[in-house]
Amino acid sequence: MTSIAEAQHFAGAPDWTWYILVYFFVAGLAGGCYFLATFLRYWGTSADEPAARLGFYVPLPATAIGALMLTLDLNQPLRFWHMLLNTTPDEFGPNFNTTTPMSIGVWALVVGSVFALVAFLDALASDGRIRHPLAGRLTALLRGSAGRTFHVVGAALYVFIAGYTGVLLAVSNQPVWSDTWALGGLFLASGLSGSAALLLLLISRYRRDAEPSRGFLELGERVFAALELLLLLVLVLTLIDDGTLDEAFGLPWIPLWLLALAGMLPGLSGLAASRLRVTSGGTLVAERTAALVAAPALVLVGVLALRAAVIFSAQA
Amino acid sequence: MATEITPGKAYGFFTDTSVCIGCKACEVACKEWNQLPEKEDELGFLGQSLDNTGELNGSTWRHVKFIDNVPDATMSEGNGKAFLLMSDVCKHCQHASCMDVCPTGAIIRTEFDTVFIQEDVCNGCRNCIAACPYDVIDVNEEKNVAQKCTLCYDRLQGGMEPACAKVCPTDSIQFGPLDELKTRARKRRDQLHKQGLAEANLYGDTDEVYGGLNAFFLLMDKPESYNLPNAANAVLPQRNNLGGYLGIFATAVLGLFGAVIARRQRNRDGGEAHGPSEGERA
Repeated sequence: MTSIAEAQHFAGAPDWTWYILVYFFVAGLAGGCYFLATFLRYWGTSADEPAARLGFYVPLPATAIGALMLTLDLNQPLRFWHMLLNTTPDEFGPNFNTTTPMSIGVWALVVGSVFALVAFLDALASDGRIRHPLAGRLTALLRGSAGRTFHVVGAALYVFIAGYTGVLLAVSNQPVWSDTWALGGLFLASGLSGSAALLLLLISRYRRDAEPSRGFLELGERVFAALELLLLLVLVLTLIDDGTLDEAFGLPWIPLWLLALAGMLPGLSGLAASRLRVTSGGTLVAERTAALVAAPALVLVGVLALRAAVIFSAQA
Repeated sequence: MATEITPGKAYGFFTDTSVCIGCKACEVACKEWNQLPEKEDELGFLGQSLDNTGELNGSTWRHVKFIDNVPDATMSEGNGKAFLLMSDVCKHCQHASCMDVCPTGAIIRTEFDTVFIQEDVCNGCRNCIAACPYDVIDVNEEKNVAQKCTLCYDRLQGGMEPACAKVCPTDSIQFGPLDELKTRARKRRDQLHKQGLAEANLYGDTDEVYGGLNAFFLLMDKPESYNLPNAANAVLPQRNNLGGYLGIFATAVLGLFGAVIARRQRNRDGGEAHGPSEGERA
């Protein structure tokens, strides 16, 4: 953040629109899901394993979609690999520019996708969906401290992927984006809250054996939503300091911000998600089944709206 | 006398806005030499002021700004004002924001100390557009990559001065070795001060603004009037790297803490599932 009371901005807009919005959305979910899956597997109980596997299924397709969106957004999509290799004559070699999060993020995605692929295959093998001997060997390899180390590193990488998108915006001279340091943290918090919601949604639809983790995910979503709200407040304060609050929260963007806030409501109030109670079977369920789908869906819409408000308002 | 151009020496533009007459010969020469097209979505005539070009972009690398400067009060004879004129161009900053954020290495500093975008390396990520504090860079719609003034790199390699400076009829745009240009510019500023034009000021001749600009200006008003950030606001995008990454780290720590709280709360509420964890099994 600049210490200047009212920053002057004369930079032009880069026209980062829908592709980037989708990328930021899936990057947040990939990061949050990898983090939650790792936590549930290694710091949860054995009953949390189905939810952990569910979480490990998400990063790979999310990363693939994100990489596709990033490539399509380029004016020269066939040159996407120029991000990785310098093609300047006499300077051929890997490209790694530490002053731009775009360069660091691309490498994080490349390395992260290896972790996501392994996690995906491990989940498939653990669920018995692939029975190749190599898959069995991979699963065996990932049990124990090696697996824990592997997934902790993968989770750290994906936490970075969820958050660096905000830093990428901040490392510019655009109004709003460059007037705050809070975007990285805000996108990460929102990604965590959205991932908890996504896993809740997936449990309701596809994975009843993961029900024991519902309580943890609902409580987690509340904590992450509170963190998100706190960082949103920091965003507002930093924008007030730099005099660009009106630009970010101008009239056209109010509906998006309201939607983003609505997405935090299920977590913050706990009303829509309902109170937790213990069933006779010892598992946690929600009291109102309607909320099982509606509340997580609202959270996910909020995650998308938050990013849309940040991305579009600065480029108007 | 023609300037001798030697690789390894720093060259640039000194644009003296006090003698610009807004003829736009520089714009035409730039377009012609660099074979720059009209923007597809433009009619080529804004019709809003004498400034019909509107902006610098991927196919307009010189732009004569017509900044309305008509005073509210009636001026005394001989002191009337109408427009601030300025032939704008890439500033070829010493600390260039665009180079800072380019992930492909497409933006390089040439042997003439100018900033150049290699069109066959750029992949059109547009990160440089978000970073340039002067709104200079844009996508060229024909080549579909980011483009801007090259300070006529090809002409310099051939020992010729840039096209815009060559055609400027009032010498508002002067090309030459940077040190010579700075000496000339300071002399001109002092001359204007002696004539009572205290508002004359140099922009980018010192390292206060992006380490110094290879294309610097003599302005007749404060920089902000020309949409140029003043020295206090001339900041690099990388200033936000540390704060941004620390923000992620702090949030990750709080997120982990939150997950631990959620687990503890779940277990306290009686939801602790039976059996050891994966880690415990291992």
